[in-house]
Amino acid sequence: MSKIHVVTRVNDEKVEFLCEPQETLLDVLRNKLNLTGTKEGCATGDCGACSVTLDGRLVCSCLTLAAETKGKSVGTIEGVADGDTLHPVQQKLLEHAALQCGVCTPGYVIAIKALLEKNPDPSESEIRYWLAGNLCRCTGYDKIITAVQDLAGQSDKFKEVV
Amino acid sequence: MSDTHDYKQIGTRPIRPDGVDKITGRANYGADYSLPGMLHGVVLRSPYAHANIKRIDLGKALALEGVYAAVSGADFPDVAAGGMGGEGGGDFKDLASNIMARDKALYHGHAVAAVAATSRELAIEALDLIEVDYEVLTPVMNLDAAMAENAPLLNDKIYTMGVNPKPEQPSNVAARMEFKRGDIDAGFADAEVIVEGEFRTPTVHQGYIEPHACLATMNQGGQATLWCSTQGHFEVRTAVSKTLDMDVCDIKVIATEIGGGFGGKTVIYQEPVAILMSKISGRPVKMVMDREEVFRASGPASATLSKIKLGAKKDGTLTAMSCWMAYEAGAFPGSSMAPGAMCIFAPYKTDNFLIEGFDVVVNKPKVAAYRAPGAPQSMYACESLMDELAYKLEMDPIDLRLKNAVEKGDQAAYGPKFNEVGLRECLIAAKEHPNYSRELTETQGRGISVGFWFNAGMQSSAEVHINENGTVMVIEGNPDIGGSRASMALMAAETLGVPYEKVRVLVGDTETAGFTNVTGGSRTTFATGMAVIQASQDIISQAKQRAAKTWEIDEDQVDWQDGHAVPMPGVNADWEPLSLAKIAAKSGRTGGPLLGRASLNARGAGPGFSVNIAEVDVDPETGKTEVVGFTAIQDAGKAIHPAYVEGQLQGGAVQGIGWALNEEYVYDDKGVMQNPGFLDYRIPVASDLPKIDTVIIEVPNKAHPYGVRGVGETPIVAPLAAVANAVRSAIGIRVGELPLSPPRLLAAMDE
Repeated sequence: MSKIHVVTRVNDEKVEFLCEPQETLLDVLRNKLNLTGTKEGCATGDCGACSVTLDGRLVCSCLTLAAETKGKSVGTIEGVADGDTLHPVQQKLLEHAALQCGVCTPGYVIAIKALLEKNPDPSESEIRYWLAGNLCRCTGYDKIITAVQDLAGQSDKFKEVV
Repeated sequence: MSDTHDYKQIGTRPIRPDGVDKITGRANYGADYSLPGMLHGVVLRSPYAHANIKRIDLGKALALEGVYAAVSGADFPDVAAGGMGGEGGGDFKDLASNIMARDKALYHGHAVAAVAATSRELAIEALDLIEVDYEVLTPVMNLDAAMAENAPLLNDKIYTMGVNPKPEQPSNVAARMEFKRGDIDAGFADAEVIVEGEFRTPTVHQGYIEPHACLATMNQGGQATLWCSTQGHFEVRTAVSKTLDMDVCDIKVIATEIGGGFGGKTVIYQEPVAILMSKISGRPVKMVMDREEVFRASGPASATLSKIKLGAKKDGTLTAMSCWMAYEAGAFPGSSMAPGAMCIFAPYKTDNFLIEGFDVVVNKPKVAAYRAPGAPQSMYACESLMDELAYKLEMDPIDLRLKNAVEKGDQAAYGPKFNEVGLRECLIAAKEHPNYSRELTETQGRGISVGFWFNAGMQSSAEVHINENGTVMVIEGNPDIGGSRASMALMAAETLGVPYEKVRVLVGDTETAGFTNVTGGSRTTFATGMAVIQASQDIISQAKQRAAKTWEIDEDQVDWQDGHAVPMPGVNADWEPLSLAKIAAKSGRTGGPLLGRASLNARGAGPGFSVNIAEVDVDPETGKTEVVGFTAIQDAGKAIHPAYVEGQLQGGAVQGIGWALNEEYVYDDKGVMQNPGFLDYRIPVASDLPKIDTVIIEVPNKAHPYGVRGVGETPIVAPLAAVANAVRSAIGIRVGELPLSPPRLLAAMDE
């Protein structure tokens, strides 16, 4: 089987790679592009640890074929901070001690950022349902939800970036 | 509630030292490491739950281009029987057979062979070429089947231990234990009210989000380096040494960042396999489980059956407590029955009790520690029945527990006398909490439960290095699983009197840190914290010597205040205080760098008590239970970093809620797990839950300089019964089997 040549953008940088037709975006990010900040928790779309954005839309990179990203734009955890400044989502999660082991955290940062860009003032219930696809076994979710509530209503910080 | 010490930094909530790396994706977990020339290892797993392995042929797999190693049980050394100790329990010989089956596959998913190839896909392709002949046997899938007369045997060399004389026949009951005090018959004869019940809990998984992962490389001199996600790299080193017959000095283990463990990463699975295949191939080998393998072949926690009986006076005073309990160990002996048995009656003053416990092998993966191993199951039984006793006595369930709660000086059911413990304080806080008295709707119910865990001490080492500008480097040996670098930095900063921001913490590998037991047993903040404090005190004593030398006075004329050496009051001198930075800057002239050390075997881990209040709403149409309120109250001794203590309480509460309502291994009649993924093995998600309210009680543990008692494990103990009791209150029926899933509750309500 011949490999597929893909030209795409990852974190606003032009990227080229060869992949197998069945290869997932998650595997390419981690194994070919050395972007290991995106984590694998299940590889079946159930845990959200591998969350990235594809043209601004929140997706599981384990359910996205690498070849699908041709001509599109991928956003990963490595591209969230702005130079030497943490993104407000990152800063708030740290301030609220909203991570324990931290392996689900990159997925949460991506998912929360996507939520607030879509809906800058979500209710607690909206936050909980939006994040229902991101599993965390350590925190009981409480401090994650509180951190997002602390960010809600600050629309100037979250511009939709499609 | 708080003690009276005037701490400057302990009790604050700074950002953890490893926070930025973890929030930006820089932190490297088990699967994030790679080396040049690395091979990918994968495991062939038994398709049968119980089978004799007649023949394994690796030839065709090895012949595949790109395959550089293939191994089966025959390639591993024979391992002598010998106890592993620690939270997991078990035996090194069994550990070796669990890592790679020898002559028998004992569960569906049991490792039978492994291959290392240039890509994971190629290695998986090679697995299909391995030939294995099995003689399929009848699987033994639960306690009833395993303990039945003439049950098929997993291992015909198992004769029940703890029975005198030794049984004449082998069985699946690996051990029997008995704990007792007083006269149980007299205790029940003395009772005015007796309640009895049977309670079952299912097989559940720890459910850490990061699958097991490691990377191994062995050089041609026989020296191995291993990166792995583990709760304790020194124990990994020991286990690798035993299972591969290697000298510990030839094994360097680097604990990567760890994506959750909850006890499940205190044991090893792939590490010796990766090292052996690296030895054979001469190349690094990486092995990462997928989620299905995690469910089928790692963890889980024991399924249990408890038959329990309580006797009491009309005023609620307990007169007798007895329990018969059986724990599934999985494929090899060594469940958490013993700690479960030792915890079950620990919260109560009890003159007469009898506990009979059984450790039973079944054709499921060998159980591993899961947060307070054994206690959630046994205390679910005890606290459910305490609830029934309260109904029968028409007594408030908190009052019933207050009537019997242990306090300082009481002899614990498991042996020692309690020092200061916070059970009464937790109960009183629960009773006074607004969540205990707020109004409920008709379909709602409220339940409470007590939780208990011993907490461990064990061995720890720490070094404190003072940099040339007075900043501080702490080196310790406990993988940071939930913010422990922050608590170590706080304790060092408090002791030395320097700002938290000037302290860095390194979790050293087996060659850079002194021997340190696992991050487990809720011991890290207590025991390793104590080592960090002592190493910091060592620095203070050295800094005072240096100041004395500088000032040309006796050492005992120097005091240490707020991070500075100062002359003792009354010393006839007016020298300016010397900061750690000033002393460090001159250290070359006063005796060399400042390096503090401590190593210890910590005694006096203060037991942890908790009380949980669960409020639920049960839908009478569907049987679905929604948790609408949850309050976790726990004695932390002293909360070093309160936000991470709250996090332990909240995380444990939610794992316990999952155990009570959703989680269970579902098997078919051939012993194949039907739900090995997060879609079907459903752990709680954010939308399932309310806010988890917390109350931290602080009854200081006098054995620790700052009063710490461990907080990691106790939080998972009480939620099972708290939720079950809330459901009982909502529907008026006691359902004695977890999980309290919609079909189970619906069936109970329909009856």
